[in-house]
Amino acid sequence: VTRITRREAITGGVAFAGLGTQSLFGKEPVSRQEWQDDKTTTQVKLVVNGKNTELALDSRVSVLDVLRDHLHLTGTKKGCDQGQCGACTIHIDGELVLSCLTLAAAAQGKHIDTIEGLAGGDGALHPMQQAFIEQDAFQCGYCTPGQIMSAIACVKEGHANTDPDIQEYMSGNLCRCAAYPKIVAAIKQARERMSRT
Amino acid sequence: MRPFAFETAGNLTQAIRLGADTGQGQTDANTQFLAGGTTLVDLMRLDVLRPHRVVNLGALRRSMDEIQVGADGLALGALCRMSAVADHPDVVKLYPMVAQSLQAAASAQIRNMATVGGNLLQRTRCPYFRDTRWSSCNKRIPGSGCAAIAGFNRNHAVLGVDQTCIAQYPGDFATALIALDAQLELHGPQGVRRIPLAQLHRPADGKPHIETTLNSGELVTQIFVPAGEWNRCSVYVKVRDRASYEFAIASAAVALAMQGDRVREARLALGGMAYRPWRAAEAEAVLIGKALNEDTAQAAADEALKGAQTHGYNDYKPELARRTLVRALLEAKALSSQGAPS
Repeated sequence: VTRITRREAITGGVAFAGLGTQSLFGKEPVSRQEWQDDKTTTQVKLVVNGKNTELALDSRVSVLDVLRDHLHLTGTKKGCDQGQCGACTIHIDGELVLSCLTLAAAAQGKHIDTIEGLAGGDGALHPMQQAFIEQDAFQCGYCTPGQIMSAIACVKEGHANTDPDIQEYMSGNLCRCAAYPKIVAAIKQARERMSRT
Repeated sequence: MRPFAFETAGNLTQAIRLGADTGQGQTDANTQFLAGGTTLVDLMRLDVLRPHRVVNLGALRRSMDEIQVGADGLALGALCRMSAVADHPDVVKLYPMVAQSLQAAASAQIRNMATVGGNLLQRTRCPYFRDTRWSSCNKRIPGSGCAAIAGFNRNHAVLGVDQTCIAQYPGDFATALIALDAQLELHGPQGVRRIPLAQLHRPADGKPHIETTLNSGELVTQIFVPAGEWNRCSVYVKVRDRASYEFAIASAAVALAMQGDRVREARLALGGMAYRPWRAAEAEAVLIGKALNEDTAQAAADEALKGAQTHGYNDYKPELARRTLVRALLEAKALSSQGAPS
């Protein structure tokens, strides 16, 4: 029996067809843009969760849309698409940023890390993912991928020392279910485990 | 979003050439420079900015992101990220108000993306400017009127406004910088020049669609804050509707040099209150040579808000600004009496 997922139903069963546009490239990331004639299309090379990816993209496409619509990495969520909610938070070259306000063409050659890349090869969850589950740090879960990406940067950058520090650093990630106290608890739990690894 | 040609400048000369028609802040300018993108991409998606060409400055970042703290002052490359300056230990210690204004300005994500040069040029948050369904906005469509004057103007400006525009300049960083007499280095088709930050933003003056005095193709390349003993003894107090990640409804930048109990030098600016970054020079004059206490702080605050024009929903703002400035003055004084932090 073939199991049809919700997303396959939504996308008419053509999900993952876009992966055909991916190709591996062995060279170092390019420093110059390689232009199509009209310059509204750009050949963009990205390293997404450690995997080299190359796509021909309209200049308007955001990194968020690349992830969701071209690579079908739908863990990163589109909330406001205006830089106000934090649901689309990812790491680019190790820095916490908003994928909705980052044009893909401007991310040429960069390393992009998303929620899908956190778990280890054996499927073991990242300490922050585990802490969110153990502390019950979400209800609907829509903001959670962005929360977790911010939470990891919060610990790594040393902003997780006190509750007010955590709250300030995490204020760019809105949670409509108001799981905020449990998110702070999860960060404090993961903080200890992340420092041991 | 409308289609546009995306070009990446390999160096400053290329950027200036590619940016030849960036205009002076007009929403219909043919070309826009892309730095952090947090304002530009947002406003392009809202169809407020409609460039045919976007010139990416990303490749210039490494040559323009230095933070230099020296005897003559603080020099910031224009492509420094807000977070890098806000977290820099020397900036935190020697220019606390600058660090605080950047820290309070945006979320961690946006502080990592946005550049300090771009931050100076961020656009107003006026909803009638940001929402193109409103047909009256002199900033978007010159001569079309101002929907905010008779509209929902709770967080609109009360200083420096005229009958064509009451939009508020939303930035925190420029508020701190204008108090400290910051200078800008500009590179453009005509070469290099330096201007005071106070000359960057034009008054509304019946032409609010022309926002800056930049020449077409000109880039802010460096921000310089001159040395002064008041820099160490400075605070940025920001009042907003929620505790973090929100624009100011009132803010005050205060830097003091005290002689005993008396004010020798004062540098004051107001944010969340005016059409452009707002130095409160008359209020400074009130304080010079006087003991700083609640009464003299109140007198300075009264002077700072003279001439404020409100439009109904923002009637509360002058009083909030006065109280914010009084609080900031007393906090700066407390900092001074603890001795300069070392």
